[in-house]
Amino acid sequence: MIYLELFLIFLGIGAFTFGGGYAMLPLIQDAVAARGWLTEEELVNFMAVSESTPGPFAINMSTYVGMEVGGLPGAMIATTGVVLPSFIIILIVAKFFAKFKENFVVKGCMSGLKPAVIGMIGTAVLSTGMTVFFPAGFALATFTTVSFLGALAIFGGSLIMALKKVHPIVIILISAAAGIAVGYIFGL
Amino acid sequence: MSNTQSKVKRTPKEYVTLFLTFFKIGAFTFGGGYAMIPLIQKEVVDNHKWVTADDILEVIAIAESTPGPIAVNAATFVGYKFGGFWGAFCATLGVVMPSFMVIALLSSVISHFQDYKVVQYAFYGIRAGVLALIVKAMINMYRKCPKSPVAYFIFAFSFVMVALLNMKVIYVLIACALIGLAASFVVKRREAKK
Repeated sequence: MIYLELFLIFLGIGAFTFGGGYAMLPLIQDAVAARGWLTEEELVNFMAVSESTPGPFAINMSTYVGMEVGGLPGAMIATTGVVLPSFIIILIVAKFFAKFKENFVVKGCMSGLKPAVIGMIGTAVLSTGMTVFFPAGFALATFTTVSFLGALAIFGGSLIMALKKVHPIVIILISAAAGIAVGYIFGL
Repeated sequence: MSNTQSKVKRTPKEYVTLFLTFFKIGAFTFGGGYAMIPLIQKEVVDNHKWVTADDILEVIAIAESTPGPIAVNAATFVGYKFGGFWGAFCATLGVVMPSFMVIALLSSVISHFQDYKVVQYAFYGIRAGVLALIVKAMINMYRKCPKSPVAYFIFAFSFVMVALLNMKVIYVLIACALIGLAASFVVKRREAKK
């Protein structure tokens, strides 16, 4: 039953998302890429689409994967799944825990989850880096190809822009133009 | 937060206003989460005065320390304070709708476009750009995270477990939460002894 599977997977993603979109990436790879619903490359492509369209990454992702796997009903089910844990947890917190943030157990768990978020984003950096630089798998010969050097230059330029607080959409547009230029000039 | 639920009786029209406000918030924030917070503050505190400036800081702190997208958490919380369960429902539906509609409409286009050579080249560049955005997000998170030996251990532990040993993400996150809890407990015991 594809709908039930979609619902349960996005319920899990919603329940274990901390620290925003990029920290979710390993979780999505675990579930979505492993089932062959999206390739690693499509996943990274979609992150760019998500940065350039309104709304939270989690909602964009669940809608997109749901549409791809099960059409409009699939999209509605996956998105309901990803929203439901937050909705229920916040209702409980709002009703019963006025001092939720000061609770010892909550504070203790959060002190473990905050550094874990960095570990998850680090994992996303590694897997995305492999997709960007070694799309056909790691090989020493790749280091001298135009495709590798072009990607490295675009990455370096984008990182400088990102650190100078250039808006993400501008960075995406510039890197798209650079990709097209490299592609046609060197005939990738 | 002394008053967790609004005592005000809301009219159906006010629920529609709540829905439309969060629809607007959902439609005009790109990149999600943190980008949404200033807009929520402006609409909910300054324009509509549904919650006070102090309360919104509490809402944001709770939205950050509970699972799920920050935007959804904040919408649910503000909606609940506005008018109980149905307030939470209207606000959450409002904040989710714009992204849902945009992506549902775009999804067929996205997959078809990828056959064109120019689009493939564009995405070749974009993927390198996205990698830079993720690295930037990691640097930001690192700056915000408290630095302690336990934090460094968890950082290394979670990375090795997921990235190198391919452990299930959910189990690793649960383990990290428990390590954090245990470490806090040890610190508390030590302070109690002093």
